[in-house]
Amino acid sequence: MDYIYQVLPSLLDGLKMTLGVFILTLLFSLPLGIVVAILQKSSLRIIRWIVDVYITIMRGTPLLLQIVFVYYGLSLANIVTLPRFEAAVFTFVLNYAAYFAEIFRGGMQSVAQGQYDGAKVLGFNRLQTLRYITLPQVVKTVMPSVGNEVINLVKDTSLVYVIGLGDMMRAGNIAVARDVTLIPYLLVGAMYLLFTIMLTVGMRSIEKRLNYYR
Amino acid sequence: MLTIKNLKKTYNQKTIFKNLNLTVPNGGILTVVGPSGIGKTTFLNILAGLTSADAGKIILDGKQLELDPRRKSTDVGVIFQDFNLFLQYTVTENVTLAPKVVKKERPSQYQKQSDQLLAELDLSDKKDSYPFQLSGGQKQRVSIARALAMNPGILAYDEPTSGLDKKATERVTEVIQKLQQRGVTQIVVTHDLPFAKSLTGEVLDFGKDVER
Repeated sequence: MDYIYQVLPSLLDGLKMTLGVFILTLLFSLPLGIVVAILQKSSLRIIRWIVDVYITIMRGTPLLLQIVFVYYGLSLANIVTLPRFEAAVFTFVLNYAAYFAEIFRGGMQSVAQGQYDGAKVLGFNRLQTLRYITLPQVVKTVMPSVGNEVINLVKDTSLVYVIGLGDMMRAGNIAVARDVTLIPYLLVGAMYLLFTIMLTVGMRSIEKRLNYYR
Repeated sequence: MLTIKNLKKTYNQKTIFKNLNLTVPNGGILTVVGPSGIGKTTFLNILAGLTSADAGKIILDGKQLELDPRRKSTDVGVIFQDFNLFLQYTVTENVTLAPKVVKKERPSQYQKQSDQLLAELDLSDKKDSYPFQLSGGQKQRVSIARALAMNPGILAYDEPTSGLDKKATERVTEVIQKLQQRGVTQIVVTHDLPFAKSLTGEVLDFGKDVER
């Protein structure tokens, strides 16, 4: 028990980093995902092509590699040198926005054409149709898939160790190597589990709240 | 008054109709009949601005409507076959949303209008219900209230009795006649001949009276 109290502060410090990456990624990638999903339906072919290439790269290469590329690669190529944390968040936002965009695209396709027709004959423009009619329906449809990605994000944040950021997993690694015990890993696992359970409960509650219509 | 001159529509090089001419006086009813698949709904969609036409003119109350489906206008109120009510909104919200968002009316204005329309269409007790809680006939009346809330120049119905039982069909006839007394100009597209006969006004048989 004493050992747990001894190792817990460093793990909680790591948790702050994990939470920082998690919250900022969600905050930026969800709206960006919506924008990308809308751009996928653009009437301009070049925009659709750019979006397709972006999504293909983001989904077709490992997130770990993307983090390394953004942090080390862009710096080596003299394009931009980002601080570690910013590089990690930037990569996570780009990666997760691509996944969210695909989820939102599926959600938009599930909205019946009649909803668009109904809005059009009442004079709604495209933005008003999106804001008031289709987006609320899309949000309800995609909520279970978004929930899945949010849980994945919690676990993916552990990849930031690759550029030397001190997240919860890295704090655990250090303690395990130093003290030659697996207890820090058990604690880290329990903290991830608790975090994802809380998120699952939260997401289910949102789903339930959105379930007031069919 | 609605005037349509020489309207033409082709699809995949096939002429759906051509030289379509008709007039519906203010407060009048035009019933468009004909078998399924003959182009009645296409005609209604052109009128509503959902589909383009190749040639012709649509003039409503002296104003020529564009034949381009990108036109933005609320001149034609449409009662769709599947109603197309907004699923996440209550009956009142369905009726007030367009006046609020599109016409930027004040809350007192659109609430009052909604209450009046729902009372007139016998829906006051359903004003807080969601579409999935309504019967087919009720959904249709909400759809009518929603269209009327935008004060269109004409109301266009697509197969309004489809999926309704005898009693609900009689109710539709009553509502259409009531709106006629109020001076609302209406076009009713249907393949239900007994229902078509129950309506007053002109009848256009799309199978016989329209050139192809």
